[in-house]
Amino acid sequence: MRIDCKHVWEHISAYIDGEIDPVLRADIDKHLETCEICSAVLDSTRNVVVLIADDRVFDLPAGLSERLHKRLDEEMSAGPPRESLTE
Amino acid sequence: MSNHDPESEIESIRRILAGEKHLFHDLIRPCERPVFFMLMSILKNETEAEDAAQETFIKAYRNLHLFRGDAQFRTWVVSIARNEGLGRLRKLDNRREDSIDGGPPGSEEATGDFTPAILTSWREIPIETVEREELAALLREAIAALPEIYRNVVLLRDIEEMDIRQTAEALDISEGAVKVRLHRARALLQKSLAPKLKGFAPQRRGWFGRRA
Repeated sequence: MRIDCKHVWEHISAYIDGEIDPVLRADIDKHLETCEICSAVLDSTRNVVVLIADDRVFDLPAGLSERLHKRLDEEMSAGPPRESLTE
Repeated sequence: MSNHDPESEIESIRRILAGEKHLFHDLIRPCERPVFFMLMSILKNETEAEDAAQETFIKAYRNLHLFRGDAQFRTWVVSIARNEGLGRLRKLDNRREDSIDGGPPGSEEATGDFTPAILTSWREIPIETVEREELAALLREAIAALPEIYRNVVLLRDIEEMDIRQTAEALDISEGAVKVRLHRARALLQKSLAPKLKGFAPQRRGWFGRRA
């Protein structure tokens, strides 16, 4: 089946995640062979997904983990989880 | 290092409940990032998010015996974080005008233009060609600018790499809603980032402009 660009854009996210019906995937692949615009949209969307997954983009604030575990130690010294349940 | 094996998680929880409290420290390490970033996404304030993160883990500790093992531990903790964040936000909202994008979080599907930026000059991942910190700042900015319901999905699915089911459970939405929001979020990110990141990659072709 011939599909248009807008149709391809609607499925780009599912296409990237590999969560797409094989028939539709084949139609999209066929479209991508000849449509430079859609292959560019696909590549750049995939780039975004790859780039934001990089742990260095989002870092925990310095010392957050240490402060958290220190507070938990204080909490834990109050007793085992069940006994300190107050809610 | 991070251990998502459900059986060893359950075993570890059993031992914590039996008195080996120190094991809780290791149990929560893989949850620290998603919990903090979920709270940052909701509260938009680092100090408040850190405080809420501490509260989240304390609640998880106190309620550990309620964890049933039908969800992944990380998913369970992120949903506690989300409730903690939304609870604090409601309190804050009583003190200020509604300044959240398009109303209270999760209350509606935001409308928007999800057509992509059509650009063929940014096709390679420009990691080698850019200053990484500058790139990271652009990415953070674009994610921060997303409506919250989309940002939370991107955060869990693409940044913390949780699967669709876990993301749906943590956010208390359907898997279908995760897919739709993820698609829209990625489309908005592509649209805002592709033109900015274009300059980072070697210029190969011109700007194609928007398709009619």
